[in-house]
Amino acid sequence: MNNNAQGPVPDLSVEIAGVRFKTPVMTASGTFGSGIEYSQFMDLNRLGAVVTKGVANVPWPGNPTPRVAEVYGGMLNAIGLQNPGIDVFIERDLAFLEQFDTRVIVNVCGRSVADYVETVERLRDEKRVDMLEINVSCPNVKEGAIAFGTNADMLFSITKEIKKAAAQPVIMKLTPNVTSIAEMAKAAEAGGADAVSLINTITGMKIDVERQTFALANKTGGLSGPAIHPVAVRMVYEASRAVRIPVIGMGGIRTAEDALEMILAGASGVAVGAMSFHDPLTAIHVTEGIEDYMRRHKTGSVSELIGAVHE
Amino acid sequence: MKAKIKVTVVENTMIAGGVYRIKFLLPAEGCPDNIRPGQFVGVYVPDASRLLPRPISINFWEPDERILTLVYRVSGEGTSLLSKVKTGESLSVIGILGNGYPMEELLKKNVLLAGGGIGAPPLLELAKQLRAGGSDSRITAVLGYRTDDLFLVDEFRQYADVIIATDDGTAGFKGNVIEAAKAAGGTYDVICSCGPMPMLRGVKAYAAELGIPAYISLEERMACGVGVCLGCVCKTVHRDAHSLVNNARVCTEGPVFPAEEVDI
Repeated sequence: MNNNAQGPVPDLSVEIAGVRFKTPVMTASGTFGSGIEYSQFMDLNRLGAVVTKGVANVPWPGNPTPRVAEVYGGMLNAIGLQNPGIDVFIERDLAFLEQFDTRVIVNVCGRSVADYVETVERLRDEKRVDMLEINVSCPNVKEGAIAFGTNADMLFSITKEIKKAAAQPVIMKLTPNVTSIAEMAKAAEAGGADAVSLINTITGMKIDVERQTFALANKTGGLSGPAIHPVAVRMVYEASRAVRIPVIGMGGIRTAEDALEMILAGASGVAVGAMSFHDPLTAIHVTEGIEDYMRRHKTGSVSELIGAVHE
Repeated sequence: MKAKIKVTVVENTMIAGGVYRIKFLLPAEGCPDNIRPGQFVGVYVPDASRLLPRPISINFWEPDERILTLVYRVSGEGTSLLSKVKTGESLSVIGILGNGYPMEELLKKNVLLAGGGIGAPPLLELAKQLRAGGSDSRITAVLGYRTDDLFLVDEFRQYADVIIATDDGTAGFKGNVIEAAKAAGGTYDVICSCGPMPMLRGVKAYAAELGIPAYISLEERMACGVGVCLGCVCKTVHRDAHSLVNNARVCTEGPVFPAEEVDI
């Protein structure tokens, strides 16, 4: 490592639940596929982790279209967790990720506890999987998902069941569509979660005034993008104050400053979501910006910044 | 590597009511060698609060000059902002995206191009490439408009026999594109179409009636444009290899599909 007039070379690596990440910057589930498409635009090796789109035990067809709508400063989506099921995911997506030196976090969705457990068990022996992220927070499917994430008792029990079945450390991904994010983070921690990630999208709606109907076939959708960032920062702060396990922050990260807000509020890692649709290189630019910031502030390790605003 | 690139606007003019032609000068580096007709680019409007690229099909490509032409209709705030971009300004564009018309299936055939309104523009690049690929093939373009506020007709005439249809009969045949094609009574080996969904359904039915293949370009709301978000799927007859359900991505497997393979 070089030392120069600007101070030490910043160490961007972080440790989350015993897993070392080369940078704190990841991709948010559902906004990056499994990296196959965006690997044509960027070097995936530069990411802290690829967090894959939610996968279930069997293929899911998702919702009718229109599934997406743009809104000022963000977008609504109601994809409905379309996914090819765990078998194809392992054969195609995990095999693809073998070639990269980045962490792989597999996001798992389900309609019932048994669905989640089946998928988690299928991933037990997959060496390429560094962590699991459990989606108990999708607002766009009728069964499972968010139902588990808006009730603290259910969240506690599903976390416990998943922990029993999982070989890898478990991140519970939380929804912002609750009264107290602190209470939900505590329930996940009590259930044995190794980390929590937040926020998933905020339920919203857009009306097409010319057609006088809903912009999305699902009527409601999840709001993401810069519009939700201050809400996400607040919730990262509240959750990280409430639990001892690490928090991974996401929600409208557009710039390094946005990511640093999350880290200072208590996030050990951050994920870029909808902004990858605006520019596939957003996660890379955010990483470079964090490094510049650390040089300017003579910060040796990004871990010094985690939760720095807490009293 | 694919990339989001900066392009210079060299023209942005209204060619019919609410319809604009925009021309981009592409940088030499990363400039595509060839473009498949029916492919599209994602255009970012000059407003950071508008996150998503607008998918707009390629109307014309001049590889030697590196000029990419798109024709779009102003249909909301984003395209309204796009219409105000001036010559000399730069814009960000992502592409070239999607899967176009299967040229190997079309060259040297008698092709009916069926274009409806703002769906007609990509058929111009197709007509040009079909003409370049075989001087003996017959190319007929049936172009449908609401009124006599026509656009791109002279451009199509350079490569194809043109039949005009208008909803109100103020120009050409009074009626829709399929009715105009039937009235003209030509024989065709294949139909290529782009336009509103009712027209595409008509094309699918007409091709089935004639017992010939048809390739149709679908439109759907998109977010990423590159196959990641799964926002723009269409229903397919066969199970799609990517999704393992009967969904294909309009941005990636499409936007052009064999008509009999999509459930529209």
